[in-house]
Amino acid sequence: MIDRDFVVVDDVSKAFRLRGGGVLHAVRGVSLRVARGETLGVVGESGCGKSTLARLILHLITPSAGQVVLDGEHLGRLTPAALRRKRRHMQMIFQDPQAALDPRMRVGDLLAEPLLVHRIGTAAERARRVAELCDLVGLPDDAAARWPHEFSGGQRQRISIARALALGPSLVVADEPVSALDVSVQAQILNLLADLRQRFDLTYVFISHDLAVIRHISDRVAVMYLGELVELADVDRFFAGPAHPYARALLSAVLEPGAHADESHRPVAGDPPSPESPPSGCFFHPRCPAAMERCRGTAPPPRDIGTPGAPHLVRCWLHAGPDAAR
Amino acid sequence: MSSTDLAPAHHAAPSAGGPLLAVEGLSVEVATSRGPVRLVEDVSFAIGAGEVLGLVGESGCGKSVTAMSILRLLPEPPTRIAAGHIRFERDDLARLGRSRLRALRGGRIGMIFQEPMTSLNPTYSIGWQLSEALRLHTDLRGAALRTRLPALLRQVGIGAAERRLAQFPHELSGGLRQRVMIAMAIACAPRLLIADEPTTALDVTVQLQVLELLARLRRETGMAMLLITHDLGVIAGYADRVAVMYAGRVVETGATAALFAAPRHPYTQALLAARPKLHGPRGQLAAIPGTVPPPHARPPGCPFAARCPRGDRQCTEVMPPLAGEPAHHVACWHPLA
Repeated sequence: MIDRDFVVVDDVSKAFRLRGGGVLHAVRGVSLRVARGETLGVVGESGCGKSTLARLILHLITPSAGQVVLDGEHLGRLTPAALRRKRRHMQMIFQDPQAALDPRMRVGDLLAEPLLVHRIGTAAERARRVAELCDLVGLPDDAAARWPHEFSGGQRQRISIARALALGPSLVVADEPVSALDVSVQAQILNLLADLRQRFDLTYVFISHDLAVIRHISDRVAVMYLGELVELADVDRFFAGPAHPYARALLSAVLEPGAHADESHRPVAGDPPSPESPPSGCFFHPRCPAAMERCRGTAPPPRDIGTPGAPHLVRCWLHAGPDAAR
Repeated sequence: MSSTDLAPAHHAAPSAGGPLLAVEGLSVEVATSRGPVRLVEDVSFAIGAGEVLGLVGESGCGKSVTAMSILRLLPEPPTRIAAGHIRFERDDLARLGRSRLRALRGGRIGMIFQEPMTSLNPTYSIGWQLSEALRLHTDLRGAALRTRLPALLRQVGIGAAERRLAQFPHELSGGLRQRVMIAMAIACAPRLLIADEPTTALDVTVQLQVLELLARLRRETGMAMLLITHDLGVIAGYADRVAVMYAGRVVETGATAALFAAPRHPYTQALLAARPKLHGPRGQLAAIPGTVPPPHARPPGCPFAARCPRGDRQCTEVMPPLAGEPAHHVACWHPLA
């Protein structure tokens, strides 16, 4: 029996108070579920709230409203000590391993630190685990004795991955883990992440701005725009034909060498708006080629346009259907 | 005026019929504590009037060093042009004096960079900075100059021009800032625009807008463009020809569509294969094993040999020349058919 509700994000919002009195709604009423062993890809442009959502899922920041449930436990209701214990099972990988790795610690100490923090094993056992982790992510045997700066960007991302895996987590949230890497190295890291997922039955929430990367790694795709989830569907269904005009714009903006180079790319107008001052109605309407009068006035509710067993959520008046006219 | 200004700079043939820019055997080195290190080695390419040449490669391949060297924007020392010519119109930029170079920059040759925020002065309004560019390179002054400013912004697709002119760089989005940079770069109707990763810092929908803008400006003005990027997709959509760089060298060059359809260098092929795709099967990606050799540790032969499925002893020992059919050159002892 597959655990479909391994991660439950239930109507989660996050607002940040700005200096000068304003409020920035970084994430607005996001609800989604991730099954155990599944990879959910989250895609969107800068300011869409995808990185905030990543941190909310791990309770690195607390939601302003709504709740996150991991493996049946409400993270918001845990005591600090219980949440700390829970962190063994939920880890994060960041875009910039340079910033995530303390330059004054040797690789071996960086990998042993999570074990030390959680008081796991003797020194000898930890050393064995470090060697095991290096091997697991394809780092050279002598890596433990070396410093992070001695490694290339791709190798440093391997170190971050090893560190995230040190405690044997079941959920890994990866925030743009391959965005800073060259294509040839990116492929190595994507293959490694796929391999580790299979070996340890990991559940991934994979954040990226790159739709080709998202398609490659994900089972399902969530598209965010200005803090809202605007589309959520199975990866094959999504790439066969995204339903939201923003998702379509994102997809048609991807430039690929080779067979599809002759396709005409028609850019949508304008910049992504600032989350500090979102437009009225549907947030995408000022840039939307299909915007109607109704889009300016009222935000569309999310609607399932999928088939039984394969939900396809979209938040757009084009897909509101006759019953939603009200 | 430095002494080189007085030296004849007429090495190049008059440009009638010839390329607008011809980089010939360019080598750039940097002085280090361990002695000089070659960053770019024997790079040659040409750009015809109105043509877009894409220079593509991964980090450290020397594409930006090449671009910066064309306008001699790298500090000299520690870097220096160790060999080669950079022929533009009638001059050899590799030997041109400082004052002539300054007149060229932003004049006959425009340049835009990845991060417009670092190229714009945060303390001056957009209007002030645009006027400054025009004052430096044209004899427009007073009212004539002031009326040119909104027209320039409109040319790069910026609406509400009068309001924008009064704004400061931090008040604009990344996409608008890059448009302002483009406006400054084209203010003096350059014959060549060097665009170094112009859209890398932008969101994908905005990237497409900026690339479409550059394509339109090129159609309207007939300027040529050197488009430097790590992104093969950008090259595929917007360059007529492409030069692929690896570890300081051009390893393959040809017409974009033909080169991507049938790459001849194993590195180009590997780079195309390593990309996750929007179509077709998803399985394991064809990663390239190993890493790029750093500039101080490049082998005497082909720098890709150690990672190449076709690499043999000849490859590691002797650098293959860039050769082949006139329209498609490849530097490989065992090119793909």
